[in-house]
Amino acid sequence: MKKQFKEQSETGSDLSCVMEGYNFAYLDEQTKRMIRRTILKAVAIPGYQVPFGSREMPLPYGWGTGGIQVTASLIGPEDTLKVIDQGADDTTNAVSIRRFFSRTAGVHTTTRTREATIIQTRHRIPEAHLRNGQIIVYQVPIPEPLRFIEPRAKEVLRMHALKEYGIMFVKLYEDISRYGRIAKAFDYPVLVNDRYVMSPSPIPKFDNPKMDRMPALQIFGAGREKRIYAVPPYTKVKSLDFEDYPFEVERWSQCCALCGSDHSYLDEIITDDQGSRMYVCSDTDYCSQRLAGRDRDFQRGFKGKIPASSAIGTKKCA
Amino acid sequence: MCMKDSDHIPLLKVKSISKYYGRRIGCHGIGFELWPGEVLGIVGESGSGKTTLLNCISGQLEPSEGAVWYASNGGVIDMCKAPEPQRRLVMRTEMGTVYQNPRDGLRMHVSAGGNIGERLMANGLRHYGQVRRKALNWLEKVEIDQERIDDTPDTFSGGMQQRLQIARNLVTGPRIIFMDEPTSGLDVSVQARLLDLLRGLVTELDLSMVMVTHDLAVTRLLAHRLIVMKDGEAVESGLTDQVLDDPQHPYTQLLVSSILQP
Ligand SMILES: [Zn+2]
Repeated sequence: MKKQFKEQSETGSDLSCVMEGYNFAYLDEQTKRMIRRTILKAVAIPGYQVPFGSREMPLPYGWGTGGIQVTASLIGPEDTLKVIDQGADDTTNAVSIRRFFSRTAGVHTTTRTREATIIQTRHRIPEAHLRNGQIIVYQVPIPEPLRFIEPRAKEVLRMHALKEYGIMFVKLYEDISRYGRIAKAFDYPVLVNDRYVMSPSPIPKFDNPKMDRMPALQIFGAGREKRIYAVPPYTKVKSLDFEDYPFEVERWSQCCALCGSDHSYLDEIITDDQGSRMYVCSDTDYCSQRLAGRDRDFQRGFKGKIPASSAIGTKKCA
Repeated sequence: MCMKDSDHIPLLKVKSISKYYGRRIGCHGIGFELWPGEVLGIVGESGSGKTTLLNCISGQLEPSEGAVWYASNGGVIDMCKAPEPQRRLVMRTEMGTVYQNPRDGLRMHVSAGGNIGERLMANGLRHYGQVRRKALNWLEKVEIDQERIDDTPDTFSGGMQQRLQIARNLVTGPRIIFMDEPTSGLDVSVQARLLDLLRGLVTELDLSMVMVTHDLAVTRLLAHRLIVMKDGEAVESGLTDQVLDDPQHPYTQLLVSSILQP
């Protein structure tokens, strides 16, 4: 069994490390049932924030306690978990959450988007298309998109209940008047299923189009704020905009310096003291998969398998 | 000659409205009709219940008893019993409220243009350029320099803030405006300018208005009819000139004589 894990992916899991004295995936079964009921409600009313009795977790708030509780309630022994933070599998936050579930549930973990059945994320949606049957769990710091405009909680509830979202457009109007464009680059508000305005968590707006009619189930967990909300598979998700200032995603003049991708979200990396910089995919798994694929194709002698745009040096935007 | 429905039913029919706060009376048994294009003044001292009455008939406060029938574009509705979504829709499309304190009626950290545009966007306008054009147009109508469109109201004078409130309300073409002491706290010359502007708009747009004030001079200038309130009750009502020139109730006589004295 161990051998099989090692072959499967970079991380895998080690059942011998599973901690004694804890319930499967840490949470007790009653809490899991309560959270599952909350999730069912959330799925039934796409984009609506359902309150839940958030539990204390062995991690501080801001470390994804909401997402962890959702994952813990959904995960089973057969699941394969991937955890990313800002697109990377190897950051502290992602590593500790992955280790948490390795130890408390003994589940397989992976860095490969395609192999995962549950993907817990902070601040990104993977570049690889998610498929039906997968679940993506977002860590959410502030679930309420109207809060910054309308501080009265009761009034906010009423605005959602009556679908009174004029004030969201006032915010966009102010941006255009002030900056000539809609300045919001992260946590860009969306309208779910033509009904509820929803905060997509602090993902870049680049990822917003991926949420629209996504085949995978999307669940959002806010631990400190005690809210869970969801977007069921294939649900319409529209980024708010004006007819004459349509929603746009960010673009780069460069391609990824490693894999040459011209269509992924890029991080800027300072490479030396002189301030030289390069741009690389923020989704580390996507980047390495593309690199691995290209290496294979190199070995096979360029069988015409790589799109011209993905080979370094041949791209117009390099 | 054929008359439209709207010509022979009142826009607003208020039927014995009462509001109690425990055993204290906010207002008691007040009724009146408001016709299209009519300006009604509700006069009284502070504590007379005039603001409570205004809040009850403008859909902001639920009365303890009584009914408010409003002849909306979509038919007659009872503002006290209508489902909340319908009531709020009517309130933000066919009605408007100008508050005594601009902070209650404006978003102080949103630009003048955004303040005017809010109702348009709340009602579904999704075109920035059109919102902007209408905002500019309304700034001009309420005599605010169009250059100030991107400034926030907290940089405006008191008179400008009241005019901005008016623009913010009128932009969706409402049929009734409710005003709570719109001129109090303003200099006399600023007051005069605001009243002039209001009179022009009422005529131009064929607006109906219910205005609460303690200032009889203001009602003389704007109101067609008056209701005088004391301790939550209407003690006298009638045409403005009639009430002010020939007051019947001792309290009204007192009010009138007190403003006529130098
Ligand atoms: Zn890359």
